[in-house]
Amino acid sequence: MALGGGWSSAWDAKSPALACARSMSSRLKNALLPARGFAPHNEICAVESAACEAERKGAAMTTDLRISRRDAKRLQRDSGEAFAGRLRAWTASLAVGVAIGAAGGVSGCATSNEPGGASVNASGAPSGAPSGDVYGDAAGHAFVTDAFASTYRRVEAPPTLIRGGLVIDGTGQEFPEADVLIVDGRIAGLGPGLDAPDGALVIDAAGRFVTPGIIDAHSHLGVYPSPSIEATSDGNEATQPNTAEVWAEHSVWPMDPGFSRAVAGGVTALHVLPGSANLFGGRGVTLRPVLGARTTQEMKFLDAPQSLKMACGENPARVYGSRNTSPASDMANVAGWRQSFAQAQEYRRAWDEYFAALAEGGEEAPTPPDRNLEMETLAAVLNGELTVQWHCYRADEMVTALEVAREFGFQVSAFHHAVEAYKIADILAERGVCAALWADWWGFKLEAYDGIRENIPFVDAAGGCAIVHSDSEVGIQRLNQEAAKAMSDGRRAGLDISRARAWTWLSLNPARALGIEAETGSLELGKAGDVVVWSADPFSVYARADLVFMDGALAYDRAVSEAPASDFELGQSHGERP
Amino acid sequence: MSLRSLSSALLLVGALSLASTAVARADAVLISGGKVVTNGAAGVIENGDVLIVDGRIEAVGLRLTPPAGARVVDARGRWVTPGVFAAASEVGLNEIGGSGAPNDANVSGDIASAAADARLAFNPAATAIAVTRIEGVTRAAIAPSHSEALFSGLGAVVALDGRPGGVMDAAAFQVVDLGEPGARRAGGSRAALWPAFAAALRDAREYPQRYRSGQGGAVLNELDAEAIQPFARGQGLLLVRIERASDIRQLVSFAQANPSLSFAIHGGAEAWRVAPELAAARIPVIVDPFANLPDRLERLAARADNAALLHAAGVTVAIGPAPGAVDAHQSRLVLQLAGNAVAAGLPWEAAFAAITSAPAEIFGLGRSLGRLERGMIADVVIWDGDPLEVMSAPVLVMIDGLETSLVSRQTRLRDRYAPAAARAP
Repeated sequence: MALGGGWSSAWDAKSPALACARSMSSRLKNALLPARGFAPHNEICAVESAACEAERKGAAMTTDLRISRRDAKRLQRDSGEAFAGRLRAWTASLAVGVAIGAAGGVSGCATSNEPGGASVNASGAPSGAPSGDVYGDAAGHAFVTDAFASTYRRVEAPPTLIRGGLVIDGTGQEFPEADVLIVDGRIAGLGPGLDAPDGALVIDAAGRFVTPGIIDAHSHLGVYPSPSIEATSDGNEATQPNTAEVWAEHSVWPMDPGFSRAVAGGVTALHVLPGSANLFGGRGVTLRPVLGARTTQEMKFLDAPQSLKMACGENPARVYGSRNTSPASDMANVAGWRQSFAQAQEYRRAWDEYFAALAEGGEEAPTPPDRNLEMETLAAVLNGELTVQWHCYRADEMVTALEVAREFGFQVSAFHHAVEAYKIADILAERGVCAALWADWWGFKLEAYDGIRENIPFVDAAGGCAIVHSDSEVGIQRLNQEAAKAMSDGRRAGLDISRARAWTWLSLNPARALGIEAETGSLELGKAGDVVVWSADPFSVYARADLVFMDGALAYDRAVSEAPASDFELGQSHGERP
Repeated sequence: MSLRSLSSALLLVGALSLASTAVARADAVLISGGKVVTNGAAGVIENGDVLIVDGRIEAVGLRLTPPAGARVVDARGRWVTPGVFAAASEVGLNEIGGSGAPNDANVSGDIASAAADARLAFNPAATAIAVTRIEGVTRAAIAPSHSEALFSGLGAVVALDGRPGGVMDAAAFQVVDLGEPGARRAGGSRAALWPAFAAALRDAREYPQRYRSGQGGAVLNELDAEAIQPFARGQGLLLVRIERASDIRQLVSFAQANPSLSFAIHGGAEAWRVAPELAAARIPVIVDPFANLPDRLERLAARADNAALLHAAGVTVAIGPAPGAVDAHQSRLVLQLAGNAVAAGLPWEAAFAAITSAPAEIFGLGRSLGRLERGMIADVVIWDGDPLEVMSAPVLVMIDGLETSLVSRQTRLRDRYAPAAARAP
């Protein structure tokens, strides 16, 4: 896999903090390598109305590490040896990523979680680099900064034993009447008859369902918050086709009432992206929906890499074409991506040379190149420091996008919306690119015309990384129902899909696409205690999230409040509930 | 709708069916042994039979005897219900929503607003019709939206059988915006909106005299005045898009002052706060159970159990997407909307009625659609499970007593790209 240069040389650790940083960066890098995925998007609701509004409301590899061998067999039978070989290779690469994750896991880097302490930024770049040097030192530079670092802190909570529920573990397995134990915010046990530690909170989940928290890989909560008025339309910097320099997190309004509704739907992490007006929309951020957070930093998922949001197709061409500027066509979209990445290569080279000169230690200190925030984001992509989340609907345009990625040596994490992913499910699987999808949105524009209800299960069946995403403040509240629709449609099409497998579309696969699967996405030992207790089978429309645990602490209890009020909602007299 | 126009519509459908090879015509059909949701006084009949003759429900009950030669459909283990009625839709008004493609659901300019007529634009061959129908939706109330005027135009109720002649009724309803969007179009303020609305109705009532005299309308051009005229005289439903509690109270007052007019609300995010007044005024509401966010300032009190609270207060509740969320492609989601209303406290029977009999009643078709009772139009769906469950699907969809195709452009694409694993026995 040809990632941009600079990675391996970057990590000659000289201190424990750096060692920790290095292991994390390796983990994240590995996370980025094989199958990460997401693509960008959001319809340009800031810009257009009808189609936009439709899109706002109403998006890989396989997912289940443990059954991939069986799948490989099946795929070998169905699709021939070559494909199975690729799948095995992919599985092996994943295993490496997981192993590194375990060794250098976040919990092993406790100091990195301390706000103000020795911190590690999203890509593992060490902070505290020599002053005056924005990208690190001669030992290794990265193009992401630790400014705006997360100040999220896990809420201290007693050990928690969730007893006797039907447990879907997120990796593809289901356990009837099992217990889930959370200690110090981490999954500490899963199985029947676990003992409750002293002082534990014991939840009786008999007759209920227990799952990992849902992860939405595509959200605009906070950047297109409620209420939707001119002042809150902050998701698209639709002023020029490349705005790689903007960060979605700087538009997030923590008081968006949508966050509490999302938690009430069982969501424990979400990736907030800029919109899709631009070829390069800017950086996306993975958040915890922390109710009561005063700042976006308090919501930032610890050590999650940022993303670059890119967009294919009709949106950029329409937005800029209507202004008689480039891009006005699909071909100009491609040219626009390539020209910018070519510039980013030069940018990176200039900084490499600068650091090389610095390392040589000549008599005269070299002059650093000018810093360019737009190029910085793209150089970070070339370095594998950001995930790449690419809004793209059509099969042919996704394959074109993959050629751009191949030309410039970066990995696409996921295509988002990708209503035609089912047509190229084999290619997406082979290239290790996730597809973040709606269950059934279609027809709101030409590039969404070929949507089918079996998109998600067909991507899954090809050994791909299928993800159920929302792109909607409404959809994020019931992603479990979207997975249910996709699962049932896949079954009717003749596929054998268990609900445990379908749950991988909701947690582990999006975690992979976001580079946080070592931390969350399943109920495997040592992972974050992101757990939902459902009133009934979550593949039923009638099921509701009763309890939501985030990092082991109870973040939502439906019995206390259906929809906890954000500051915005508080005290609106006409909103008082009877 | 008059019986005569209905029977001529049926004749038309019958004649056309002769030309079709994809759809079986059966003069008598017995659907046997299903869980029959009648939506009527008979409630739910376990192991019940539904007999259909000549496009109408002939009988519903236990162990019915089929006429000689009747087709018998075994529905054991299945649910049998009236067809679903999408109360707020644009299906058939465009093939593709955006992309600069032609979209007959969107009207602008000052030539016609109230006079814009969905019937004239409805395309029964639109791809979305089969996509919607195969999920159990057999009828839809469709209407255009005007981007600049108070009145959006004439809506119509259509059958989703994909045949010509699917429009059920003339000038079924007139759409008017009396919330934030309406205020924006009336000079930016509710303060101007209501006088403009009242003046428009006056213009329409005084049509054609004031136009022929050369006086002209205070608000409406002649074309729109003509279109609104019957509604202003109480002949036909005014469907009001309105959300905020204070606006709804204003509407209730207006309705009381104009008792001849017929109103229903579409939206009503804050209607739960005005539930007793709405019940007393007999104004039904089409609500969106997904609308639990204050996404507009006129929806600050939106809540998920709006439908449940309205129903409990005795308001007639239908379910459909909120204004702004209505589209031409996803009307099938009305079933999921209803399921979520149940999860938020609406009784199942009320939720199912809210997507069948309640919209039929709101649009003046309560005597012919929405229930499985003798004499009703035979829109019947057989499901493989609880129809409000997201994992259930129809196994047979009948419109006007005719079985319809369960093939859509989407199923064709599905079959073309189905993976080997799905094709394996």
